[in-house]
Amino acid sequence: MLRFTLNRLAQSIAVVFLVFTITFFMIRLTDGDPFASPKAMPPDVRKVLVERYGLDKPLPVQYFTTMGSYLKGDLLPSMSYQGMWNTKIIKDAFPISLIIGVAALGVALALGLPAGIIAAVKKNTWLDFGPMSLALIGICLPTFVMGPLLIMLFGLKWRLLNVAGWFEKTDWILPAVTMGLIYGAYIARMTRGGMLEVLNQDYIRTARAKGVPGWKVVMGHALRGGLLPVVAFLGPALAGITTGSFIIEKIFNLPGLGQHFVSSVFNRDYSLILALVVLYAAVLVVVNFLTDILIAWLNPKVRLS
Amino acid sequence: MSAVLDVKDLQVSFHTRNGVVRAVDKVSLKVEAGQTVGIVGESGSGKSVTCYSLLGLIPSPPGKIEGGSAMFGGMDLLKLPEKELQKVRGSRISMIFQDPMTSLNPFLKIGTQLVEPLRLHKGMDKAAAWKQGIEALKEVGIPEAATRMDQYPHEFSGGMRQRVMIAMALITRPELLIADEPTTALDVTIQQQVLDLIKDLQKRLGIAVVFITHDLAVVHEVCDVVNVMYAGRLVESAPAAELFAHPRHAYTRALMRSIPALQKKGEPLYTIPGLPPDLSHLPAGCSFRPRQTPDRQLLCLRDQRPPLVEVSPGHWAQACPGCVEGGILS
Repeated sequence: MLRFTLNRLAQSIAVVFLVFTITFFMIRLTDGDPFASPKAMPPDVRKVLVERYGLDKPLPVQYFTTMGSYLKGDLLPSMSYQGMWNTKIIKDAFPISLIIGVAALGVALALGLPAGIIAAVKKNTWLDFGPMSLALIGICLPTFVMGPLLIMLFGLKWRLLNVAGWFEKTDWILPAVTMGLIYGAYIARMTRGGMLEVLNQDYIRTARAKGVPGWKVVMGHALRGGLLPVVAFLGPALAGITTGSFIIEKIFNLPGLGQHFVSSVFNRDYSLILALVVLYAAVLVVVNFLTDILIAWLNPKVRLS
Repeated sequence: MSAVLDVKDLQVSFHTRNGVVRAVDKVSLKVEAGQTVGIVGESGSGKSVTCYSLLGLIPSPPGKIEGGSAMFGGMDLLKLPEKELQKVRGSRISMIFQDPMTSLNPFLKIGTQLVEPLRLHKGMDKAAAWKQGIEALKEVGIPEAATRMDQYPHEFSGGMRQRVMIAMALITRPELLIADEPTTALDVTIQQQVLDLIKDLQKRLGIAVVFITHDLAVVHEVCDVVNVMYAGRLVESAPAAELFAHPRHAYTRALMRSIPALQKKGEPLYTIPGLPPDLSHLPAGCSFRPRQTPDRQLLCLRDQRPPLVEVSPGHWAQACPGCVEGGILS
């Protein structure tokens, strides 16, 4: 287990380093630069800015100085938000995305897992068709339809929650439910598929022949194997959920991280793009590592290899 | 001797899109205490379904028990509610299955699976059950039982897994063991070991065994009474020695002719022509008629199902003039 962990740690560092390098050079290949704007900028102002951010230096020098500050934990100042440091931008926005993401995941699991399990156990009955039809609708409905629908009901009609914004302690609920419903629909269908496959296995028949009661067969013998596909899906999906969704943030007017992903690219904000992409890569790597550990815990066959 | 299990006129069918499949058609069998009763037949002859339906293990729907009774310890298994059946399964009647590679749960420790019947039926606490589990593994000849308890099925060979299955089935000391082709998926050398183990434990514990197989050599070795099934029906039933000495039904005789060991070297191996009939469209009358050797086929019953009659004491055969050698009454 220790070797496995160290191995994965080395791999993770290599991945983040590669992402850093590729992103650093690729953003400089795009047209335009952080200070290109529709309004012509006086040449001397531009010169001062370019010098301040070190963009006048040769590319290899820029690369190594940037890497040097990243290694010290300094993510450099933003090039489009004057006077803002990338670390501060992330510190302000990431917790919001994280809260909403984790809550959405909770909603998704709380809805998807029981629905999928019941549908698989009660295959081809109304307890299967009903939830699975709803899940299909959930998958087909885009967030920008589901979100406003929920806003109309809970925000305007019943006036229970704020329509948008990030002011009150309850403002995470609507965005989290919107995201959670859609991910929950995926999870429900995946759980059903995984459980159906496992419930047909010989060892389930063995458990029944031993006199294990019906629900105990499902929870004690079938669940572990049935959840494997869901866990494999959730790992990578979790990185996307917790680093914020641009659409959700636009609909609910949230100061989350997702908006920065989009606006930093439009602004050609070299340093903010780099900081965000490296953060995303780091989150993804951590989450994948946790997923692997969870899968190894669920499946003893994986533990050996 | 009193019968441990007395099945009468069991009828099971599966309602599928292609019509009603009569998997088991009026099958009766008796298992006396300490006896080994064999059920022999080809794949799809209904031998497994017969046993699964006794324990409520056939998927329903599409499976449905249409009639009959199965008396076990004063109760009719076929009429017991699921909750009561659960108390019988794995406690008073246990099963072992054909493929030990897939019959153990790959996600759970051997020990956890092994002692589950004790925890469920005897209400034992974890430590006591675990201790008895180690003893049970020793009993079936698994070395280093205590460490083996903590391992997972993929760390066991096929033969060892079948030993675990046997230990698990017998851990509650049931009165009846149903063995569904327990040696079919194993290597020949391991087959013999597993057979010896079952025979040995049966003698020591005095349990009755229902042995499902398609291997007549195995039947000859372990069974006291043999029931031959064909197309969901019982075609012949007799004590093993009597059946092997005087097989009466054409199907039994054909099965015996196709044992490779009984054939002279150099002669092509006999195989029964044709295939078993489609169980959703059974031929009228004698179900073996389409495959009967050509010269006697004409004598087979066409208008009615041949009844089982006692051709000699304790020896029953389906009384079809085309199939039964030497006349029905002798």
